[in-house]
Amino acid sequence: MIAQLIFFLLFIAAITLFIKNVRKIIRNINLGLPVDRSDRKAERWKIMFKVAFGQTKMFARPIPAILHFTVYAGFIIINIEVLEIIIDGLFGTHRILAPILGLFYNFIIASFEWLALGVILACIVFLIRRNAINLRRFSGLEMTKWPKSDANLILIIEILLMSAFLKMNAADFQLQQMASAHYVAAGAFPVSSMFASMMPQNEGSLILIERICWWFHIIGIFAFLNYLPYSKHLHIVLAFPNTWFSKLEPKGELNNMPTVTNEVKAMLDPSYLVPPTNAPARFGAKDVNDLSWKSLMEAYTCTECGRCTSECPANITGKLLSPRKIMMDTRDRLTELGNNIDIHGKDHIDGKSLLDNYISREEIWACTSCNACTMACPVNIDPLAIILELRRYIVMEESKAPASLNTMFGNVENNGAPWKYSPADRLNWGKEG
Amino acid sequence: MIAENPSDSQTSHLTPQTSVLHIPTMAELRAKGEHPDILFWVGCMGSYDERAQKITKDICKILNHVGMKYAVLGIEESCTGDPAKRSGNEFLFQMQAMINIQVLDGYQVKKIVTACPHCFNTLKNEYPTLGGHYEVIHHSQLIQQLINEGKIRTEGGESFKGKKITFHDPCYLGRGNNIYEAPRRALEVLDAELVEMKRCKTTGLCCGAGGGQMFKEPEHGKKDINIERIEEAMETKSEVIAAACPFCMTMLSDGVKNFNQENGIKVLDIAEITASANGL
Repeated sequence: MIAQLIFFLLFIAAITLFIKNVRKIIRNINLGLPVDRSDRKAERWKIMFKVAFGQTKMFARPIPAILHFTVYAGFIIINIEVLEIIIDGLFGTHRILAPILGLFYNFIIASFEWLALGVILACIVFLIRRNAINLRRFSGLEMTKWPKSDANLILIIEILLMSAFLKMNAADFQLQQMASAHYVAAGAFPVSSMFASMMPQNEGSLILIERICWWFHIIGIFAFLNYLPYSKHLHIVLAFPNTWFSKLEPKGELNNMPTVTNEVKAMLDPSYLVPPTNAPARFGAKDVNDLSWKSLMEAYTCTECGRCTSECPANITGKLLSPRKIMMDTRDRLTELGNNIDIHGKDHIDGKSLLDNYISREEIWACTSCNACTMACPVNIDPLAIILELRRYIVMEESKAPASLNTMFGNVENNGAPWKYSPADRLNWGKEG
Repeated sequence: MIAENPSDSQTSHLTPQTSVLHIPTMAELRAKGEHPDILFWVGCMGSYDERAQKITKDICKILNHVGMKYAVLGIEESCTGDPAKRSGNEFLFQMQAMINIQVLDGYQVKKIVTACPHCFNTLKNEYPTLGGHYEVIHHSQLIQQLINEGKIRTEGGESFKGKKITFHDPCYLGRGNNIYEAPRRALEVLDAELVEMKRCKTTGLCCGAGGGQMFKEPEHGKKDINIERIEEAMETKSEVIAAACPFCMTMLSDGVKNFNQENGIKVLDIAEITASANGL
């Protein structure tokens, strides 16, 4: 009874804390500017199904894709077991689903076991890839201490959770063989039964091991749930909405700013009346709250895999720009802004901004807008949208474009071409054969 | 008017067209009360850049050859605003767009072909919400269509048979607008040996000119992007690097020159290859 009460309190605490942090993240995302991404719903569901559920974009690199798919399938399917654990925990039952599901129960427990083994093996390979083989994708300027330990921590936690799960089953299997009172014969244990010989043979020790692993497993899951909001691992949740809200226009198309359209129309036609709008305070973005909410959601979705950066022509040729860093900086700054609101209230100004304090001008001017990053991202994140907004701020609010670009602007404005040629000479190429 | 060459390509492809090209303008056609089937949007590179002018002329030759009634805007054409937009100058972009839309609508233009993927992308994708609605195609799509319709073949000109050719995907054609097959179609009909670079199609490496980079010095780094790309192209041991964008043309040609390979490796636009294969 005490165990049930403790379980109940832990369960409520874990859920409450998680909801609190999720609400904070939603609030932070809503600091972004509005953008409508609710059209063409059928297409959106399709993209989400393909890209997030089916992980189609991951398969551009087959080895990590297969490993990742194993962990992903393990995560989704083993959650059914978590449901059972929670019911057992709350009501003091044991393997409550066994009598309900009958023979099918044996099948699912057996498949959980194989998946758990697969997850452990995949995570070990991932750890080796990250720490022993020097893959360029996992290094780089932005891969500082915390992102690296975050990645390792996730993998280690997953290995521990799955190990506890298998050890719990191994003890349970032994107890079932002994026909121990509470341990009804239920489930099939193709993996953990292999370790049965390593288990102690007396009933008391087996029960102790089974209970410790059971508690470790479920407390671990509660803890992991609450680690998510602080970690890049949040992608397991946000990958789904993030792909649903994908940009559906061709990648080459960059949005036209409606506020500018009004001003240009008024400039060309003095009789044009600019419709009143709650126009944003500035053109482009200096800080994260000048970006769209979608860009901010993307920052929380990014799991720092670095596929974008490894395909970025600027990064490949040694420039400072790294699309992954653009996303990580955006998230870090947004977290900071959120913390400011929590501590000092929503009008607090800390004198910092995304541009300059996090992302340097040298980085954003190195972009060729080639869309290699957006194509490479397995969850359809768009770093180019952020880069463009920062450029817009620098050009339209500060007039601080690089001098050569200012020359180009001047030429387009005066000659209708980016170079200093006379518009009257535009057809000279056609004059003589 | 030479522009209204009879469309009988069955016979006309046998006679090399040495005559001086006459380039019809929209203004000229309007004065005659005529309307072209398609507007050829030349673009700034195609108008002013010496290398790109050659591509422009070859496209005109192809249009003449198949007897398509076309016209250019000539001195009424102005930058689409692409480099300004991508550099963050949305004001200048929209100014250019509105002015161009006024001109295009003034001539009741319905269909546009352009030799520049940047112009193509901007006209096709970014003009509609500003009021400019046109059917826009890139010249690779036009060539693909003409090949499929049997209007152009690879006869009567330079033979590319068995030659190793690699195609460099322009970002704004490939990833930007999902056009990967049209330019390759123009090369497939040559009976040449088409080889792909390691990074091609969706993973094609940029030439380094997009996003305003054409007009500024690159940021500090290990090497220039076009050098990285040319190294990859050279790995394929191709005799011809095929391009479909005037900006890529400049970057790739510079890259080839950087390795003193301009005698061994030719950088040619697919329009030039098509024109040359047909003896135009």
